Amino acid sequence: MGLEEYKGVYIFAQQVDNKLSNIAFELLGKARDLAKDLNTDVTAVLIGCGVKGLADELAQYGADKVIVVDDPELKEYRTEPYAHAMASVINKYKPEIMLVGATAIGRDLGPRVSARVATGLTADCTKLDIGDFPLNPIEGREQKHNQLLMTRPAFGGNTIATIACPNHRPQMATVRPGVMQAIDKIADAKAVVEEFNPGFTPNNNYVEILDIVKSVVDVVDIMDAKILVSGGRGVGSPENFKILEDLAAAIGGEVSCSRAVVDSGWKPKDLQVGQTGKTVRPNVYFAIGISGAIQHVAGMEESDIIVAINKDETAPIFEVADYGIVGDLNKIVPELTKQILAVKAAKA
Amino acid sequence: MKIVVCVKQVPDTKGGVKFNPDGTLDRGAMLAIMNPDDKAGLEAALRLKDEYGAEVTVVTMGLPKADEVLREALAMGADKGILVTDRVLGGADTWATSTTLAGAIRNLEYDLIISGRQAIDGDTAQVGPQISEHLNIPVISYAQNIKIEGDSVIVERQYEDRYHVVKAKMPCLITALSELNEPRYMTPGGIFDAYDAEVTVWGRADLKDVDDSNLGLKGSPTQIAKASDKVRKGAGEVVNLDPQESVSYIMGKLTEKHII
Repeated sequence: MGLEEYKGVYIFAQQVDNKLSNIAFELLGKARDLAKDLNTDVTAVLIGCGVKGLADELAQYGADKVIVVDDPELKEYRTEPYAHAMASVINKYKPEIMLVGATAIGRDLGPRVSARVATGLTADCTKLDIGDFPLNPIEGREQKHNQLLMTRPAFGGNTIATIACPNHRPQMATVRPGVMQAIDKIADAKAVVEEFNPGFTPNNNYVEILDIVKSVVDVVDIMDAKILVSGGRGVGSPENFKILEDLAAAIGGEVSCSRAVVDSGWKPKDLQVGQTGKTVRPNVYFAIGISGAIQHVAGMEESDIIVAINKDETAPIFEVADYGIVGDLNKIVPELTKQILAVKAAKA
Repeated sequence: MKIVVCVKQVPDTKGGVKFNPDGTLDRGAMLAIMNPDDKAGLEAALRLKDEYGAEVTVVTMGLPKADEVLREALAMGADKGILVTDRVLGGADTWATSTTLAGAIRNLEYDLIISGRQAIDGDTAQVGPQISEHLNIPVISYAQNIKIEGDSVIVERQYEDRYHVVKAKMPCLITALSELNEPRYMTPGGIFDAYDAEVTVWGRADLKDVDDSNLGLKGSPTQIAKASDKVRKGAGEVVNLDPQESVSYIMGKLTEKHII
């Protein structure tokens, strides 16, 4: 393939119910950095039904150009029509880089498209750079410049791998939500909007959606939670977990607990974090009234950020905490909830 | 009905990860297990077998040792095991893995293919959807419930804030979440039988309609530039302030990290 024909940094602008997902703005933020290094521009690919009106919003977050694929078949996300739309865009416009959010949609769409256009896809990236591959010159081997270097955790987060896709285009990556930063909104930005419709003819790969159930799930799996508010024996009583539940509700997280809490019958076993419970790696883990026995730490030490609140300053939990607060959780937790709610109310 | 289940043998990351003195992962010291999402996929297939009657064939690609997960699957109730193993298949990324598995599956009859959502070692969640693309059949990822109705399959497909009830004509590929079910145990009789059972072993020559340029390390578009251990983090900052100041401190950190 003529690699030099492929130009520009593209992102998949995910929308659900005709509302852009945050990941679209995060990808645009990163795409701008990459485009600057490559001296090229940023294109958002907007796929849906009646979505053209979202193009300005993409421009405000950094898209120079928006390609809109609009068709009634694209109303709800379905793998085949979306994969057809995106693969058709790739084949026509030949992007050098294609970024997709690692969401429940993106992690389905990305691999299907990469297989269709026969290129490499790196999953769930947490860092993207432009650089040389191989990283250092190796005698007898061509070192390619201006490659997308995709860094991601693997092996349950225990190793970090940097991956390149030197001989295929586009270089595709799904990017973990919440890692890249959106730019500040540019109020008067306008993008070049181009409509492209490759035509949609249902085939055997089209599925039928019988029902859509928007759910506030009752039974949550703490392993999937982005934020966990975890309580230990120090919480004092099952009733007192209310203050943790309030904090979790305020910050958009879930409640989990230590083994001592389960053994006391305060919380069910499926909320237990630790060696004999579940291993979690949320973005933020609040360890509240948890001493931090090794059996507990084994189940949560991979969390991105650990905040510990404990009245005992010698508690081992402080050895793994990023931010430790020595103090009375009964005073600190409700106050924290109050302030988070205030900040959120001000933002809304 | 004929069901093909794709399983992978992975090191168990849950029971603690072991490191060599030089800081690399000590794979030898870790238990090799059937990938949890795949096990849920296998259980889903076995439940469909219990309910509707089905022949369940389990396929794995890996080293000869991966034979173990096939025997586990047989002891749980699968009917046949196929091990795809060949030196030329080593070092495959998800593209090369999916072309290989698709090449193996083309030899089989199937109404349904079930794979796990993702393997706990690579964590990519790509191989299932890529196999479906190579075989030109629909994919339904993130399945949390599976039913059969005539020649169609009806699946609850999970998203972050909702699920879709999706109907697809078979043949179709489904990727299973480990939340889908509680996998059954092997039976003692099943274990005995599984060790007497014949496992089919396929090599490169048995893969149908696959080009050499799509196999193994050479057939992998993505290449590793660098791999390193995650830096183990040490203790952070601990403060001992009055409650009001403590909360201001945490709020500052949460805002700085864009959590609120």
